[in-house]
Amino acid sequence: MANGMTADEITEDRITGNRVTVRVRGLVKAFGSRRVLDGLDLTVRGGEFVALLGRSGSGKSTLLRVLAGLDSDTTGESTVDGTVSVAFQQPRLLPWRKVWRNVVLGLRTEQPRGVAERALAEVRLDDSAEAWPVTLSGGEAQRVSLARALVREPELLLLDEPFGALDALTRLAMHRLVTELWTRHRPAVLLVTHDVDEALALADRVLVLDHGRIVAEHTPPAHRPRKAAELVDLRSSVLADLGVTESEAA
Amino acid sequence: MSPSPSGVYARPEPTAADHRAAVPTSPTSPESRPRRRSRLRLYRWISPVVLLLLWQAASSTGLLPSSTLASPSTLVRTTASLIADGELRDAFLVSGQRAAIGFVVGALAGLALGVAAGLSRWTDGLLDPPLQMLRTLPLLGLSPLLIIWFGIGEAPKIVLVALGTAFPMYLNTHSGVKGTDRQLLETARVLGFTRWQRLWHVVLPSALPSTLVGLRQSLGIAWLTLVVAEQINANAGLGELITNAAEFLRDDIVVVGLIVYAVLGLVTDALVRLLERRLLRWRTG
Repeated sequence: MANGMTADEITEDRITGNRVTVRVRGLVKAFGSRRVLDGLDLTVRGGEFVALLGRSGSGKSTLLRVLAGLDSDTTGESTVDGTVSVAFQQPRLLPWRKVWRNVVLGLRTEQPRGVAERALAEVRLDDSAEAWPVTLSGGEAQRVSLARALVREPELLLLDEPFGALDALTRLAMHRLVTELWTRHRPAVLLVTHDVDEALALADRVLVLDHGRIVAEHTPPAHRPRKAAELVDLRSSVLADLGVTESEAA
Repeated sequence: MSPSPSGVYARPEPTAADHRAAVPTSPTSPESRPRRRSRLRLYRWISPVVLLLLWQAASSTGLLPSSTLASPSTLVRTTASLIADGELRDAFLVSGQRAAIGFVVGALAGLALGVAAGLSRWTDGLLDPPLQMLRTLPLLGLSPLLIIWFGIGEAPKIVLVALGTAFPMYLNTHSGVKGTDRQLLETARVLGFTRWQRLWHVVLPSALPSTLVGLRQSLGIAWLTLVVAEQINANAGLGELITNAAEFLRDDIVVVGLIVYAVLGLVTDALVRLLERRLLRWRTG
């Protein structure tokens, strides 16, 4: 994945001295003549929670797929330092493996059952280890998918609209859970979403992607949880960056 | 060439109907088949028992001459004597062995070819066209050719059963493997699966439901081909028992032989259903 960079250059950001987990420079991904990613630059530091907003077709999912190693036909630099895990919009569990086996699939460990049970306890699914995926609700299956992503202790956690298919209440519970898990494990997180409120509630930095480039960057208040009232102004400027006027959004 | 030459050797109408009932040539898919309780529904036994009683009555009153069709009670006695002198057991063992060897060889070949052809566009392009061409050959019409190639021993019968078994397995496994969910394969890549782990954890389990449909079709065809192969040139086995009995006008033995075929078909079909229930439990939880 490294394109002509030494290990020292990847791990040290010269300005801040922090560990750099994702470094993307001039990334181009084209389908035919259409440039879905058009010279994109992005830096994500270790343990940082970054949300990526954009309208459909803005290239946000493509960027995530490139970072996950699923799309390799690109030009420019894209380097990830460390292991990567992904939670997709659909939980994508193997229906023919019990829940606990799904969590540790592909993982090399001495005591898979114990590891799986600890990971399931973290997403509050202690009782479902022996269940078949088909018996889970949408939110439960998505929590298993999160447990599967986190059990690998990734340096980078990619979340591809993982709450998009959930109902509003379950989504709020998932936001709390993700914040909690992120605080405990501290992976760098890149959350792709089209939900402005979700991005503002969860992330350290909110990036707006348009036509394959990052066109705006916003920094919500550092504390969590954040109240909707203190995000009002930020919300309208992010919406403006997305090309939505206040009256349309209401 | 059409399958009609084998039609010359085929049994008369009523018994052919028996076979259609016993050997499932077109089983329903697992999804559409409702999971039935093992509780017997007694009222469903009324009409078969009444028919059996009518048959017995017709035989006893002489309405149905024993030279045409033996009475149920005669069949029971015949079965008992065939079991007692070991004739039925020997015939059953010979036929069972032919079916088993042919079935295992054919099923494994169909499975391997189906997986191989389903895995990539390349293997599909290489394997599928010739197999689809061979599939259109009338299977039972091949027996004269097989006799020329392999003589009249065990080999042509086993080859015929193997061929009949291989194609349903191939077709169903092939489509099952091809239908593997792309998203799951992608997830497996992200999770760092090796090629073999992808095959074992993702591709094969997702092909399993349609492979099991292929297995049931294969079993039906295996029995059907065995019956035909054994009728054409019989030197041992159930087919020989039946052909010999026919020469001596022992219609009772002929019927017993047919019933044994039917029971074998039912038993193996029940075994596959059991296998389906165990292996596909994940579908219902």
